[in-house]
Amino acid sequence: MFFWSLVLIAVGIFSSFIYGRSRIKLNSKKQGTKSKSLPNYYAQYVLMWCLFPALIVYFSWAIFQEQIIQNIVISNFEYIEGAVYNEGLLLAEIRNVANNPSFADGKSIEIINAASHYSSLKQISQISFYTSIIIMMLLGALYASQKLKPEFHVQHTIERYIQYILIFCSSVAIFTTIGIVFSLIFESLRFFAEVSISEFLFSTEWYPFIPIREGQTAAEGSFGAVPIFAGTFLVMVVAMCVAAPLGLLTAIYLAEYASQRVRKIVKPLLEILAGIPTIVYGFFAFVSVAPFVKAFGQSIGIDASPTSALAAGMVMGVMIIPFISSLSDDVINSVPQSLREASLGIGANKAETIKKVILPAALPGIVGAFLLAISRAIGETMIVVVAAGTAPNLTGNPFENVTTVTVQIVVALIGDQEFDNPRTLSAFALGLVLFVITLFLNIIALQIVKRYRERYE
Amino acid sequence: MSNSKILANGVDVYYGSKQALFGISMDIKEKEVTALIGPSGCGKSTFLRCINRMNDLIEICKVSGSIKVDNEEIISEKTDVVSLRSKIGMVFQKPNPFPKSIFDNVAYGPTIHGLVDSKNELEEIVHSSLKKAGLFDEVKDRLNEPGTSLSGGQQQRLCIARAIAVNPEIILMDEPCSALDPIATAIIEELIDELRLNYTIIIVTHSMQQAARVSQKTCFFHLGELIETGETNKIFTNPDNTKTQDYITGRFG
Repeated sequence: MFFWSLVLIAVGIFSSFIYGRSRIKLNSKKQGTKSKSLPNYYAQYVLMWCLFPALIVYFSWAIFQEQIIQNIVISNFEYIEGAVYNEGLLLAEIRNVANNPSFADGKSIEIINAASHYSSLKQISQISFYTSIIIMMLLGALYASQKLKPEFHVQHTIERYIQYILIFCSSVAIFTTIGIVFSLIFESLRFFAEVSISEFLFSTEWYPFIPIREGQTAAEGSFGAVPIFAGTFLVMVVAMCVAAPLGLLTAIYLAEYASQRVRKIVKPLLEILAGIPTIVYGFFAFVSVAPFVKAFGQSIGIDASPTSALAAGMVMGVMIIPFISSLSDDVINSVPQSLREASLGIGANKAETIKKVILPAALPGIVGAFLLAISRAIGETMIVVVAAGTAPNLTGNPFENVTTVTVQIVVALIGDQEFDNPRTLSAFALGLVLFVITLFLNIIALQIVKRYRERYE
Repeated sequence: MSNSKILANGVDVYYGSKQALFGISMDIKEKEVTALIGPSGCGKSTFLRCINRMNDLIEICKVSGSIKVDNEEIISEKTDVVSLRSKIGMVFQKPNPFPKSIFDNVAYGPTIHGLVDSKNELEEIVHSSLKKAGLFDEVKDRLNEPGTSLSGGQQQRLCIARAIAVNPEIILMDEPCSALDPIATAIIEELIDELRLNYTIIIVTHSMQQAARVSQKTCFFHLGELIETGETNKIFTNPDNTKTQDYITGRFG
């Protein structure tokens, strides 16, 4: 139904465009004056007046239709005395029967009645949907065609409409973000209604299993997130130990030593590294790096688990190298050439120039690059899911299993879970913490980078 | 050839396939100010940057011919560029102090060349360099403030102090006053006059008055060729070449 309505709208806007174009030509011929704007602008004007009302109808149907029909069906449902109904299941059953009559066998009469009610409502809705689209398009086109006079400065109006469209598009992303933040906050509040904030932030026991049924003998769950934060921190530190030196030295090589030709080849290659799907990195970490780490640990007498903070962190470090190298390279490049010349002109060699002049000058930007890389590392999920393990160990030993915030969110949401117990809700609280941390890191990093830019431009 | 400090012979410079300098030969005397003048793009800066091998920084730039500093060939693979540049200081068009303190700016050269053994010695060099650059009295109370906080003219004098802190014999100046106001320019010109007693100075300038005021020798470049070279007085009053005549009287350039 929605597909054919799109075809209908397409036909509508096409014909409105043609109509508007020929109408303005006719009008200006009749008056013997030239129109103030080009005929195409008048045509676009009619088109917009035809399109937007139709889209409003389209989206209101897409959003509300199902809900309204379901409400009507449920409120008219003939409940049988004594029977117990689960509303969600009931609706699913009614819809099934309505969409596929062969399911009707063996269903009770009230369900079959409701299903036919549902189908007839659907049909009414469909007919009124098409008619209202057509009516709205006609009304819009009619209103617009009233205004098609040669002395009408239509392109001012079009400019304004375009501005509205642009504002709308940019606000979609903003409102989505706001929506996500609010849902995080509200779901987290539900979580904190059952688990105290101090337990969550300061207790060291993470055992997120709670009895689902009465009388189940599972232990009382505990939600101390410290081991999770510690694990996240540990993996991040390992990753930065790998990525910071490698990325920075790569950037120095690219910016100061590499010839233009090498740079042109190496930089895109590094950026490809950033484009590898993280699950592939995770796979690599689990299959190749983790066994190596285990063997290495055994060779120096440390008992390493098959998945470890070290394996995940190392691979994550490789993943964020391009972030650091690419950003730092840009920063080092934007250090003015005059400083290089000044230093070399005094007789400093290249290494001294880099160490004493260029890096100090580029330091704020490099720190910014590091912070962005850290926030990326903290938010990274797939590598740690596959290669870091899921055990909430409070440990500083990178050869051990650890778990991270992102992994625990995945664990909490896997499986058939309703959002009514602390175990699943903990995902939102963890997500909120993650969000706040990365938000702050990003803000600080961007501030540093910005201040640095201002200094040199 | 007795007190020849720099002796250039048939210097050609190419940027890629484009030739920028055509067989420049020049003899620069010790403890004199030599001004290089000429219209924009005539190659005077390019020539200046050959003398301390600054053109090495430009990948596509090729220099051939011979330049001897104190009778030592410097256009050669074997030249020790670092010691060459410590012997030849350079001051650039735009003041370019490091984003460090005033003290550290001047101390940079002596430190990397290991010229000092103690903190006191370093302090002495920094102070005397600032004095020689005529900046000490203005900044002596704020040596720890960043060099970039000074005014344009002060920054340029800081750069001169930084250059003379490593005790060079030659100072190259690439339009050192083009970014400065007339008062700061006058101060720098006076300074150049004082520095002449101890250093050999080559200055590229767009201002013919400046060349006339500060230099003893003047070289006129045009389209990559050295047209005429001689005593400043003579170049500005009675040049041999009609192109020089035309340029200094403002008929082109």
